[in-house]
Amino acid sequence: MKIGKTEIADTFAEAFEMWGARIIITADSKQWARAAAASMTGFATSVIRCKLEAAVECEIRKEDTPDNRPGVSVLLFTMSGKTIAGQLIDRIGQCVMTCPTTAAYNGIESDKTVSVGGKLRFFGDGYQISKVLCGRRIWRIPIMEGEFLIEDTFGIQPAVGGGNLIILGTSKYSALQAATAASSAMREVAGVFLPFPQGVVGSGSKIGSRYKAMIASTNDMYCPTLRSIANNGVLPDNVEAVYEIVVDGLNEEAVKEAMRRGMHAAARKGIIMITAGNYGGKLGKYKFSLHEIINGTVS
Amino acid sequence: MTTLLSLHSQPDVPLEADTISPDAITGLSELGIEHLQVLHGNIKARVGDFFKVTGKGVSDICLEGDLSKVKMIGASMSVGSITVEGNVGMHVGIGMSGGQILVKGDASDWVGPEMTGGRIIVKGNAGHMVGSAFRGQAVGITGGEIFIHGDAKNEIGNSMRRGLIVIGGDAGDFTGVNMRAGTIIVMGKMGIRTGAGMIRGTVACFEDAPMLPSFEYSCKYQPLFLRLYLIRLQKNGFENKIEDRHLNGKYRRFSGDGIELNRGEILLYLR
Repeated sequence: MKIGKTEIADTFAEAFEMWGARIIITADSKQWARAAAASMTGFATSVIRCKLEAAVECEIRKEDTPDNRPGVSVLLFTMSGKTIAGQLIDRIGQCVMTCPTTAAYNGIESDKTVSVGGKLRFFGDGYQISKVLCGRRIWRIPIMEGEFLIEDTFGIQPAVGGGNLIILGTSKYSALQAATAASSAMREVAGVFLPFPQGVVGSGSKIGSRYKAMIASTNDMYCPTLRSIANNGVLPDNVEAVYEIVVDGLNEEAVKEAMRRGMHAAARKGIIMITAGNYGGKLGKYKFSLHEIINGTVS
Repeated sequence: MTTLLSLHSQPDVPLEADTISPDAITGLSELGIEHLQVLHGNIKARVGDFFKVTGKGVSDICLEGDLSKVKMIGASMSVGSITVEGNVGMHVGIGMSGGQILVKGDASDWVGPEMTGGRIIVKGNAGHMVGSAFRGQAVGITGGEIFIHGDAKNEIGNSMRRGLIVIGGDAGDFTGVNMRAGTIIVMGKMGIRTGAGMIRGTVACFEDAPMLPSFEYSCKYQPLFLRLYLIRLQKNGFENKIEDRHLNGKYRRFSGDGIELNRGEILLYLR
């Protein structure tokens, strides 16, 4: 199958079940909301070493935020529903509460919730105040600039992590241009985020290593410099650079739609092939066939 | 579909009609509703002695006529709605835990005593003791919302523990007296001795107000939480009373009552 002259490999992306939360950060200005979101989503590219994946989902117009101030939506995923509360507490406490003029609201209505504001309130040292509005408890924590507002609980839900595309280009320039375009297109989809810098991975990994201490190591099959040593013929002759895009989402449909848009945006002159990473279907719960996504035949 | 109750005979003395509630009439026939008991003074009477009932009992009730002498409408209601086309007497919504009561005219004293949930909306004015504890009780309302679009008299939210009371007009004296927690927002003027004896809770007002000496000034600031309340109230019938300056302006914060825990707050909009 081809899009233009770009081959779409007959393979699938293998993705995993994760747990997700959405945090709505608001602030007096867009700049402060962005600053808090950037701080909160730092060092959050991969569960391999960061223990979570997080990124900005989108910016929110002030008319659409709970307090009518400029907002940013952040998605934060962990491998387990048990660890997500700790990550939310740490990151909102250290990165959002410390950022001037901000407030943090829950962005997911779910039966499953974790206490976040209910724990961070103790920072108020007994001077915190709770308010219940429309059935939602909000904590007012007195801070040096005034008050920090945070919801008592945040909804969490099963989510999908590890959707991916691998883009094979004839040069670093063409491959990166295509990956950047794909990244931009994929981020337009609501409910997904791309956890790596600008959404693009320059050093994709495979599971395991010859070194016992390493749980992941370089994806040697796609390293052009290892063409004659370790590629096993996977890398076409004229491919000089490969980039990966990892996409996480709140549900399968969002991830698949992001992958579909990403393939269409990346396919172009200079891109030999778009493929995807998997583990033979043995590890992940989800298998996203590239052909089925392009054909729109995925249920 | 609604159950319509039209007042055909004005009671000579206050009528206690705690059976006029969705919980009590749902599923009853017209005759069944007419046979529900009410108290005319200290004399047992029936709903049908005073009201013409149209339609079988459903969870949405409409009441017509001047009900100024009819007390306890919506007592203990947990679901559904009651619309009172005119005025209503004392104790409307007593013990209510859910649903909504809309009074298009004025309400008498004791709106929503012992309320734990639901919402009461009074388009006109209300009497004394809106959302207050009964005399001798330590705790007032523990939940729900009371929206008075006009004025209300003394002791709004006396001893309230949770919930929201909004007064679109002026408030009398002793607003938030003995308040345990919860929120009172007054968009007009307040009388004297606001927050006397309050332990926790918030009284916010769009106008300046005389402060008791046991309340101490803390600061001028923009309370973000209040913005959340006001945004919501703008969407619930108070859009003409809440201006951008109330959302974006500063409020003076007073802490008190110093004779109690001192964790209550009075927020006065700074012009």
